[in-house]
Amino acid sequence: MSTDLKEPIGAEVPRDRAKRLLAGRGRFVDDISLPRMVHMAFLRSPYPHARIRGIDTSAAADMPGVVRVVTAADLADVVSTWRPLHNRFPTMAAPEQGVLATDTARFQGEAVAAVLAATRAQAEDACEAIVIDWQALAQVGDVATALTPGAPRIHEEMSSNLAFEAEVVAGDAEAALANADHVVERTFRFHRHTGVSLETRGILAEYDPTERRLTVYQSHQTPHQQQDLYARLLGLPEHKVRVICPDVGGAFGVKHHLYPDELAACAAAVLLGRPVKFIADRVESFMTDVHCRDHEVHARMGFAADGQIVGLAIEDRFNAGAYGQHPRSSVAEGNQITRLTGAPYRLENYAAKLKMAFLNRGILGHIRAVGHPIAAAVSEALIELGAKELGRDALDLRRQNYLRDSDFPLTSAGGVAFERLSFTQCLDKALSLADVGAFRQEQAALRAKGIHRGIGFNTFVELTAIGPEYYGEGGQHISAQETCLLRMEASGQVRIHIGTTDQGQGIDTGIQQVVAGVLGIPLDDIEVISGDSALSPMGGGSWGSRGAALGGEVAMRAARTLRLNLLSMAGFLLQKSADDLDLVDGIVVDRQHGTAHMSTADLAKIGHFRPYTLPSDLPSDLTVTARYASRDRMFIAGNGIQVAIVEVDTGTGLVRPLRHLVVHDCGRVLNPLLVREQIRGGVVQGLGSALYEEFRYAENGALLNASFADYLVPMAAEMPDIEVAHVTTPTETSELGAKGAGEAGLAGAVGAILNAVNDAISPTGAFLTEVPLTPPRILEAINRVAQIE
Amino acid sequence: MKAPDFRYLKPKTLPECLSLLAEHGDLAQVLAGGQSLMPLLNLRLAAPAVLIDINGLSELSGIREADGSITIGALERHEEIAQSAIVRQRLPLLADAAPHIAHIAIRARGTIGGSVALADPAAEWPACCLALGAEIELASTRGRRRVAAADYFQGLYTTARQADELVAAIHFPPAAPNAVHAFREISRRRGDFAIAGLALAALRTGETLHNVRLAFFGVSDRPILASNAMAALEGRPLGASMIEAACKALGAELSPPEDPAYPAAYKRQVATTLLARILGDLQAELLDA
Amino acid sequence: MLDDNNTRIALTVNGETVTANVPARLNLADFFRHDLGLTGTHVGCEHGVCGACTVLVDGKLARSCLMLAVQSDGARVETIEGADASGRITKLQQAFHRRNALQCGFCTPAMLLTVGELLRVNPKPSRDEVRDWISGNLCRCTGYQAIVDAVMEVSA
Ligand SMILES: Cc1cc2nc3c(=O)[nH]c(=O)nc-3n(C[C@H](O)[C@H](O)[C@H](O)COP(=O)(O)OP(=O)(O)OC[C@H]3O[C@@H](n4cnc5c(N)ncnc54)[C@H](O)[C@@H]3O)c2cc1C
Ligand code: FES
Ligand code: FES
Repeated sequence: MSTDLKEPIGAEVPRDRAKRLLAGRGRFVDDISLPRMVHMAFLRSPYPHARIRGIDTSAAADMPGVVRVVTAADLADVVSTWRPLHNRFPTMAAPEQGVLATDTARFQGEAVAAVLAATRAQAEDACEAIVIDWQALAQVGDVATALTPGAPRIHEEMSSNLAFEAEVVAGDAEAALANADHVVERTFRFHRHTGVSLETRGILAEYDPTERRLTVYQSHQTPHQQQDLYARLLGLPEHKVRVICPDVGGAFGVKHHLYPDELAACAAAVLLGRPVKFIADRVESFMTDVHCRDHEVHARMGFAADGQIVGLAIEDRFNAGAYGQHPRSSVAEGNQITRLTGAPYRLENYAAKLKMAFLNRGILGHIRAVGHPIAAAVSEALIELGAKELGRDALDLRRQNYLRDSDFPLTSAGGVAFERLSFTQCLDKALSLADVGAFRQEQAALRAKGIHRGIGFNTFVELTAIGPEYYGEGGQHISAQETCLLRMEASGQVRIHIGTTDQGQGIDTGIQQVVAGVLGIPLDDIEVISGDSALSPMGGGSWGSRGAALGGEVAMRAARTLRLNLLSMAGFLLQKSADDLDLVDGIVVDRQHGTAHMSTADLAKIGHFRPYTLPSDLPSDLTVTARYASRDRMFIAGNGIQVAIVEVDTGTGLVRPLRHLVVHDCGRVLNPLLVREQIRGGVVQGLGSALYEEFRYAENGALLNASFADYLVPMAAEMPDIEVAHVTTPTETSELGAKGAGEAGLAGAVGAILNAVNDAISPTGAFLTEVPLTPPRILEAINRVAQIE
Repeated sequence: MKAPDFRYLKPKTLPECLSLLAEHGDLAQVLAGGQSLMPLLNLRLAAPAVLIDINGLSELSGIREADGSITIGALERHEEIAQSAIVRQRLPLLADAAPHIAHIAIRARGTIGGSVALADPAAEWPACCLALGAEIELASTRGRRRVAAADYFQGLYTTARQADELVAAIHFPPAAPNAVHAFREISRRRGDFAIAGLALAALRTGETLHNVRLAFFGVSDRPILASNAMAALEGRPLGASMIEAACKALGAELSPPEDPAYPAAYKRQVATTLLARILGDLQAELLDA
Repeated sequence: MLDDNNTRIALTVNGETVTANVPARLNLADFFRHDLGLTGTHVGCEHGVCGACTVLVDGKLARSCLMLAVQSDGARVETIEGADASGRITKLQQAFHRRNALQCGFCTPAMLLTVGELLRVNPKPSRDEVRDWISGNLCRCTGYQAIVDAVMEVSA
């Protein structure tokens, strides 16, 4: 491990930016207003599937405050349509989509027309005055129906609703299952939900036709991706397109996609030559933010008599919603499930099939921990079932089957390269923190009183910091490399320009720490500038737990270069070898005696104002860049285990989480405070998936719960305190050795709660496989068993 | 989403308010705490032509005991009721119910009159009114009248109130010295509207209950009295077999409407659980006392 | 908007007297944010559930998305900008900062005003009381624990 990775790397440093937010001085998109700005509101399809036979905008155009009413035809000359292709999945169907529906609306909430008006309220008034001649069409709301021959087709350009199918195979799972001594089999259902950032999506687009310059303020995770998309889809020179992400009020994957309404706002800005603001309201957020999950996984796991897993076969059926999601496509969730199910275990025979259909539903995208919670929950519920079947202790069974140190490195049965994972170590640590023996005693005593408590374990693998090959091969313009530019000002203080972004995770702080530690200057002398496609070097933004691992690594490299330059300058000025000097707290000191010589400010002044005093061949650049692009790896895998203790009220079906423990291995921890809070936040989102979050649709496909009153998210009173502990296995793919940590909380929580609830109600004989675990589902499962008996 | 446009009127006196109501009738909506009406406006689910803001009418405030009844003005906020000394002593059921209503910021503005006027089937106050046999006082330019809670709540968001009438106050009979009460509800999260809830009021002699009133909420289109279950408990000492009989009667008499989130069978089961638990606790309390 | 449907109001905002001419349907949150430039008050739902718009009206917590601007006539209101400037929540702000009790910060201004009020009425709350008090304030980032910790630290 490198020796220059000093404090404050690894220290619990609070975030600079937080102070501004605490004072109410944050600057979110809707806080920004521009002269001549107009507000945009959309008329959205109330039907999940309908023909648009005509649109009459004349009454709307005459309403007070209205500047313009637009339909697809009005924007056709300004913005092109797209197809969300992905060359890694060449057979995936990618039907055409545009900013506004033309002749058919394919999901409830799809934008059909828009009004630009002086106020948002007036724009909404006018939307109500647009008259559309609808013809409702038969809607398709589930995969089984969608794939039935003769089902109503969602895209006429396709011969069926099948969007994609694929298979991942290792060994011969069918033969292994046929010969297994025990096979457990279940169908799991994970319902559809979404990411729910507290700040809704929003955009403010300003266009100057004289320069063909588009400036966009957007609540988004990936400014460079948007810059590229806007330039190409609007036919503008890319260097005249600037996407600025100010403070972003939560994102969780919701905000790293292209949304038709946001692009429409840009197109309208171009059309009008005036700034256009569109802020999604909560109802349109629920309808049109990308959704996630909505998978049905049929799974079989076979065991030998001695407990060894001999084979695993899964089939995942899911859907993309009405269109493919752009530019990342909708395949990833299924892809991750087929690659990660069973991942913690020694597994030779594995078969995973996936089928993705189109449905008349909102578009599915990449929300935090894509596929992970499902893969882990399925695997770990099967282990529990296997243990029951074998009469074994489930923790023992895990231990027996876990991948071990001697197995690494390996390519998993799912086809993912694992460098080194620490399943046994994480379990050991979890058991040292959670006294299972004491819990079991208490559990038995309480059961006698009719109180049902349960404990659930969930081992998970987390794929973080995706490498450039995935989207590079896919043909998308999504950067997975990072570049960092450091500039030292004359004061000796430093600005970091970087392509990662920060929505509150603390990525900027982690990067600041790396630079402070490697360079040897105080944290307060460093500022990170991110989230601006014109100011930050081309980079990937933040998603897929990449910020610390990739941003940290490239910042370390840039800091080393700057440090070398500073020390070589100092060496020349002091007539000493640079090797004998060190930079500590912004002061050049003698490495051996610690004698202070000069400050970075002294050096910076010479560098900027009197460079002629230095030899021209001396490395003395005060603005340096470094680039990091990983090679020969798709992901950096992390892992961990979560333990949940819950109480299930068998009279009402209510679940109360009592205690939650996470042991996580994310390699080198740059900032334990921030990692801990990332994990806690993720766990609570996972508890949301496990217990509350689910879209419900009426028979006719109408979304029933597009408000916070009906779509439940976790609130403070029901949530437990969450303990977080670490095992540290640094990755050797980078020098810094950090892996991602942003998704671990969510990845592991769902399965932990599922197993805990099933453990709690085990005396009833019920075993749930449908998530979220709502009170009616729990009581129904218990009643069903009771009826059979 | 932004509210549709409307005219905003703020009467300074009750008579002025009542004439405005008489004038605008169906086209107007009264604005009290706004904690239900404003969401409806902001979701464009309501589009009244006129809003009549009653917050300036001091006649509608206050909690008073007179002539053997306790009168709570329509504009009393949920939190004021929760903190009121009279309520705590004389109407403890209300004090127990209040913390279940929403969250502090909403309780600080939402009013009992608004809750009773809205008549949400899962709301706490209407069920308390029913359990305690309260009377709702309605005022209009035509005069004042009092309607018993059992007659007032008529269906889903439907009450005996006419479009020109204002809910002016609620009159509660104070708790008798031998009164017992209990309040319990089941909700997914703190402050959510109840999946099912129960407000119980009765008189006791030793371990025997009389005048038992079980007002359930969240399980029908309005708060309802479970009369068969009440009859099963009436005039008998509270014991395990009575509790079982009451639960059985309840299961038979409840027919909750289908709700996409909570099937009828589920609601029936949790209502029964609630009753069993509330009676179990009460039994322990009676034995203790 | 109909001009004759505007109402003249006068109120005290963060200690300053403000007069304005507001349309009937303008809600208080939008009035603060867009008319007064007090953008520290946030809007997360406009239907009263998320709590992001919570401010103090005449010393009581209120959802500003559920009040009309006209209703604030004659009122004394405080937003995060006022609370911050007054220095009365400094300890809370520091504890939130130290414990990273905010990530994106969108819920934070309302959360601070809400827990500030809790400590005023109940200077030594239990953890459960803190969780109960903020049960109407959605935070999607933190998982709440750090917020509870920060409040407990200040109350101790
Ligand atoms: C997040 C959230 C959670 C909530 N949870 C609960 C809960 O758990 N339980 C619960 O009971 N409530 C709950 N509520 C609703 C809250 O209690 C409301 O305050 C109450 O339902 C209505 O009272 P209000 O004074 O706010 O009425 P308003 O919203 O002002 O009015 C409601 C309706 O009643 C009419 N009205 C009001 N006052 C009168 C009057 N005096 N005469 C005639 N008509 C009148 C109005 O015209 C309107 O139609 C919740 C609200 C929110 C936002
Ligand atoms: S914006 Fe007011 S409560 Fe959500
Ligand atoms: S910090 Fe993001 S919502 Fe609370």
